[in-house]
Amino acid sequence: MKKDIILSGVGGQGILSIAAVIGLAAVKEDLFIKQSEVHGMSQQGGEVYSHLRLSSNPIWSDLIPEGIADMILAVEPLEALRYVNYLNPEGWLITSTEPLINIPDYPGPLSITSAITGIQNHILVDAVKTARDAGTTKAANMVMLGAASPFLDIREDSLINAIQKRFTGKGEAIVEINTEAFRAGRNIAIQKK
Amino acid sequence: MADEKIFLLGDEAVAQGALDGGMSGCYAYPGTPSTEIMEYVQASKEAADRNVQREWSANEKTAMEAALGMSYAGKRAMVCMKHVGLNVAADPFMNAAITGVNGGLLVVVADDPSMHSSQNEQDSRFYGKFARIPVLEPSGQQEAYDMARNGLAMSEKFGVPVMLRLVTRLAHSRTAVKRSSVVKENGLQLPSDLHQFILLPSMARKRNKLLLSGQAAFAEAAEKSPDNKLVISPGADRGIIACGLAYNYVMEVLGGNAGGNNLLKISQYPAPVEKIRKILDHSETVYLFEEGYPMLEEQLRGLPPEHIHIRGRMDGTLPADGELNPNLVAQVLGKPYPKGMTIPSIVTGRPPSFCPGCSHIDVYKALKVALAGYGHGRVFSDIGCYTLGALPPYDTINSCVDMGASITMAVGAADAGLIPAVAVIGDSTFTHSGMTGLLDAVDKNSNILVIISDNSATAMTGGQKPAGLDKIEQICIGLGVKPGHVRTLIPLRKNHEDNVKVMEEELSHEGVSVIVARRECVRVTAKRKRLEKQSK
Ligand SMILES: Cc1ncc(C[n+]2csc(CCOP(=O)(O)OP(=O)(O)O)c2C)c(N)n1
Repeated sequence: MKKDIILSGVGGQGILSIAAVIGLAAVKEDLFIKQSEVHGMSQQGGEVYSHLRLSSNPIWSDLIPEGIADMILAVEPLEALRYVNYLNPEGWLITSTEPLINIPDYPGPLSITSAITGIQNHILVDAVKTARDAGTTKAANMVMLGAASPFLDIREDSLINAIQKRFTGKGEAIVEINTEAFRAGRNIAIQKK
Repeated sequence: MADEKIFLLGDEAVAQGALDGGMSGCYAYPGTPSTEIMEYVQASKEAADRNVQREWSANEKTAMEAALGMSYAGKRAMVCMKHVGLNVAADPFMNAAITGVNGGLLVVVADDPSMHSSQNEQDSRFYGKFARIPVLEPSGQQEAYDMARNGLAMSEKFGVPVMLRLVTRLAHSRTAVKRSSVVKENGLQLPSDLHQFILLPSMARKRNKLLLSGQAAFAEAAEKSPDNKLVISPGADRGIIACGLAYNYVMEVLGGNAGGNNLLKISQYPAPVEKIRKILDHSETVYLFEEGYPMLEEQLRGLPPEHIHIRGRMDGTLPADGELNPNLVAQVLGKPYPKGMTIPSIVTGRPPSFCPGCSHIDVYKALKVALAGYGHGRVFSDIGCYTLGALPPYDTINSCVDMGASITMAVGAADAGLIPAVAVIGDSTFTHSGMTGLLDAVDKNSNILVIISDNSATAMTGGQKPAGLDKIEQICIGLGVKPGHVRTLIPLRKNHEDNVKVMEEELSHEGVSVIVARRECVRVTAKRKRLEKQSK
């Protein structure tokens, strides 16, 4: 098993949380993991990404080579497109449709959608609405994790356990909402797959 | 503890390694990509139980000196900084190589090739060579752990500080790390020679000779180190030398073994000359992969006979600047990856920006109005979140060079006749190295206005507690600024008019003025509220 995933979004959208949950679950399944993160300057409302590598064999490079990623998992559509040079032609692009517009020259919605649908394997998820239905828009990142989960080769219960572990310090209600958000995202992806 | 595997950032692996290596004190000033080392120590229960020193220092120089003081007293210490921090700490660093150590002293420096969050991409290995001390350059997180743990003992064994060099991609990447047993901390023990640390010329000369006579042992250790691994493949004519993290990229591309090449991994310096000679002897062409400057390449180009070709950053085989990555390595080794898709042209950059509600915004809005009558090009700024004042729509500042330079550059520009000259500096930057510059300004009564945009945090690096919290006005007055010209204001939209007025008044004052614009960083406020809510 080998999965190379680019996680992307805007500083503050919780992509490192997604990475942490996948990491926890993968450790439980005895996989090798490397996860490179961006800290510092760009975290203030700028582009943030993480290279997440999972494998049943030892992993060398912390960075995923361009052209071989199995998945881009994004919580923001412009940020999904920013890294398509990493994706292999059979790879999946899975992104939230909700734009975060904090720059003056943000491209129009149509041009973004057509660029995304031009990619062979893509899944668009209205993660914000789905998360709101689950209890809070803050769980949009867990909706996206759910949407990615059918492609991860990690057991669903391992991921759910990891979510519970990750959020347990914040109380039962938060754990519940995030688990629900995950399940909703997963269902959307299974239907669209 | 032993055999337990934990999931750690490279930075965290260093912190855990040093804790397990018997560290009694961690000293640091924050700076990307090194910040998480100290943060890990501060959050560590073991460190708290052992009462390991773990407070932020005012700057890298004070951190280095405190660490040296702990070493003098016989205990093991680590000092951590980003690469440019070593410029600030260069004086104690260079001289600590001459004094030598008593307790082990590990100097951890995190470089930032490609300048993800920095002003330059200087390569700290040069500093290690400059100081003539051993340098460790881990290729991965496990080595980072092991090298931090063993580096403290190595420092004690050789009697000199040991440098551990990290780069961004290692510092900020997470993987499973296996811990080893915990070494007991040293007790308080003075150096056997109480003159060891007195660098009067006559004694310094002796110490310097001692450092020089130690070089052979450092070289031998590097030669024998299992971290400097040489593989000679029968019949190979291509050699590859990979330093530190670059080794992982090479292994990625070659599929986890030498792939029929001669391969030398280097993770400990001084560079292992015998192993290098051997790979040169067995190869016609040698490729060098170094994260940072072509330090080794420069040395090698002087060595080999003409029939051996050296390929690296200096002949254009690799780019002269920027970090390495697997694609670059693959291209050079003739095993390119399939090309990925082209990024659509609609994808525009998303630069960092002020957080909504940030106090710096209100400072710049007021300053822009107050300066309107004076003309452009007179605002010297500094390093921190407030540097974002360089970007539209604020576009207010004209410099950002090194921490503290705003005040001193304003002094020099005022000397040249640019009056009034303005400095905009953050509170942490001010206590890091702005205070001494302000003393210069006071001494010569420079016609400058210093705005200390005080968000009561070291915000850029994650909101650490700044050294001069709630003491800024007292410090300025203590340095000799006239109390009537140390003004405090609250940068809020509703105070805009009043704030403009204060700035105008102080701009027209002939002499040194300081305006402390104080409002807590919105992120720090939010974090505190979150924690309060959780603990309820
Ligand atoms: C010599 C040196 N050390 C550390 C850094 C990293 N660094 C950049 S900005 C900054 C914090 C500045 O804090 P402050 O002046 O309070 O401004 P704020 O970010 O809070 O606005 C630090 C530590 C650096 N660039 N140079």
